[in-house]
Amino acid sequence: MADTTSKSYYWKGFRDGSPFIFVAIPFGTLFGVFATEAGLNIVQTMTLTSTVFAGAAQFAALQLLQDQTPTAIILISALAVNLRMAMYSASLTPFLGAAPLWQRAFAAYLTVDQSYACSIVQFEKEPKMIVPQRMAYFVGSVTPITPLWILATYLGAVLGTRIPESWALDFALPITFLAMIGPMMRTLPHVVAALVAIVVSLLTVGIPYNLGLLIAGCAGMIAGAQVELIAQRRKADA
Amino acid sequence: MTHPDPVTIWTIIIGLAIGSYALRFVFIGLVGDCPMPPWLLRHLRYTAVAILPALIAPLVVWPTATDGQPDIPRMAAAGVALVVGLMTKNVLAAIFSGAATLYGLLYLLA
Repeated sequence: MADTTSKSYYWKGFRDGSPFIFVAIPFGTLFGVFATEAGLNIVQTMTLTSTVFAGAAQFAALQLLQDQTPTAIILISALAVNLRMAMYSASLTPFLGAAPLWQRAFAAYLTVDQSYACSIVQFEKEPKMIVPQRMAYFVGSVTPITPLWILATYLGAVLGTRIPESWALDFALPITFLAMIGPMMRTLPHVVAALVAIVVSLLTVGIPYNLGLLIAGCAGMIAGAQVELIAQRRKADA
Repeated sequence: MTHPDPVTIWTIIIGLAIGSYALRFVFIGLVGDCPMPPWLLRHLRYTAVAILPALIAPLVVWPTATDGQPDIPRMAAAGVALVVGLMTKNVLAAIFSGAATLYGLLYLLA
């Protein structure tokens, strides 16, 4: 029984994650092209893309590599871009923490913006899901993306062709994430968290190593939590 | 094009691979199902709605492709994707209307 429902949750995750192939394919290809232009060979490009598996950090590392940045700074900066993965990991722990260790080790590798964003919405919407169903959904949500991301990187690296700037693929990522944010605005604290994060991220954009992103993320989380507390007190008083 | 030396590249690749995995594993792998305090959970509820907009906002206002110059097609596309997402709760509809806005305006303003 549990197995059947896990299977159907896997496919639900698969469907919910599918829109992101429109991001994974162009961005994987772009990364392959960009990595080749930065002087990485195919083996290096493929190792980077399949082990790090986080577009933004990979692009950041390549950019800094081309700017002749010291190795230590490149590592710190790219990992700072990826610090949000630790927040995702923490945020998923209450939902997936009871799964066996090998599954959690596997889930850690698959923790990316897309799988996190799909899963957290689904887990909060259906709190009665059991852990194997959640794990099935989580893995399902990233299944359409991972192979296509790696394949697209390979094609980009092999072709090495320049993608015309007029395609404006740089904007595939922002549009996709903005499209996801709309449905996330379920309560007032969610809206306040997003607004505070946006304002702080714009104010802190000059701070090096992408630390502004982390500051803005923390500010948004604190704002959301505080508004939630205030709303609870109001409800208790009323 | 300067070719960075292989030792530097492999140092970065291996460092990023280990570091990224450690960041992803730290909570879900090590904490497991130990109960976490309510204040922590209350903050974590807002991780996604805080980090994702913070990641995108600077890209919308100062796009990389235009060397950081604010750009009408990109801003309009961002606005359309957000509003359609808010109204329809449909991610794909929001993506396609945002992309249509972007390419339509890039074509018209070219």
